[in-house]
Amino acid sequence: MYTHEQMEERLWEFIDGTASSGDRQLTESLIQSQAEWKEKYTDLLEINRLLHASELEAPSLRFSKNVMEEISRMQIAPATKSYINNKIIWGIGLFFITLLVAILGYGFSQMEWTTSGKSSFTEQLSKIDTSRFFNNDLINVFMMINVLLGLVLLDNYFSNKRKQFRKEA
Amino acid sequence: MSAGQNDNELISKVLQGDHQAYAGLVTRYQQFVFTLTLRFVKNREEAEEVAQDVFIKAYKYLADFRGDAKFSTWLYTIVNNTCISFLRKKKLVIHSLDDERVFAKADNQDLGFRADGVEQKSRHRMVTEAINRMKPDDAAIITLFYKNEQSLDEIAQILGVEVNAAKVRLHRARARLKELMETHYAHEINDLN
Repeated sequence: MYTHEQMEERLWEFIDGTASSGDRQLTESLIQSQAEWKEKYTDLLEINRLLHASELEAPSLRFSKNVMEEISRMQIAPATKSYINNKIIWGIGLFFITLLVAILGYGFSQMEWTTSGKSSFTEQLSKIDTSRFFNNDLINVFMMINVLLGLVLLDNYFSNKRKQFRKEA
Repeated sequence: MSAGQNDNELISKVLQGDHQAYAGLVTRYQQFVFTLTLRFVKNREEAEEVAQDVFIKAYKYLADFRGDAKFSTWLYTIVNNTCISFLRKKKLVIHSLDDERVFAKADNQDLGFRADGVEQKSRHRMVTEAINRMKPDDAAIITLFYKNEQSLDEIAQILGVEVNAAKVRLHRARARLKELMETHYAHEINDLN
């Protein structure tokens, strides 16, 4: 037995033409055999017809002219894909993957691959000596400056590309 | 001039520097865009401003239109996003007109509806008024489906939801519209039957 909502949903699917062929046949037979379904179908069909026949709203007569006046002062922005260089995206991705692999490689190389079972995995991880590389503030500051410089250069590169494309456009 | 040209031909012309060709697209879609913005904004002056903003944005980012969907679908996505940000900026309460208090308030506004004059109204006008009384998102989905000739797949793309979610929203919106019509336009509904 169908609830009121299920009945309407099924009928709307039938009216919209989005029902599967099996559902369509079933709904059709329900409409033909049951007065309640037929009445509801007629009702929804009329609403559907009215919705299709409802009118569009019209803006003021100056609408098109206003838009054209506005856009005459503008330029079309270059397509996003034209100033985003895929090679740079791939390069950044590759850099991070390499970094990840290097860290993992170093980590695994520090591990003792014996089956003694005396030391747990976390104990082995704690043995990794990162201080060999990041052992003083000077190196940390130097690396931070490098990262910042890299970001500034990247930003500069994108700005130049954008200007170049705007000139071409 | 632009009547015989399809959307993609007009877009190519605009992108090649013939910005006047854009007038063809504005003329073709202004009523659809305006109707849709009016469903969200509910005020003609503001809806017109938002609709203009939509066409300006579409022009500015026309190079980003890849042509893998219909231009209208891409344009209505801009309408949806622009209207939502406009409503957020205005912090407009999205009235649910299922609420009787709001309905009473709406009755006092000049929506062109008077109970004693129902018979004089066309059925089409009644449907339009009923849609105007709906919540913006319900009114918009009904407009997209019935007036702007968008399929459920395209509506899902415009609203940024799954197709099934769009289908459910459309069903609910139609159920609310029917309920609204039955509650407040009973005379007209009886005439329909």
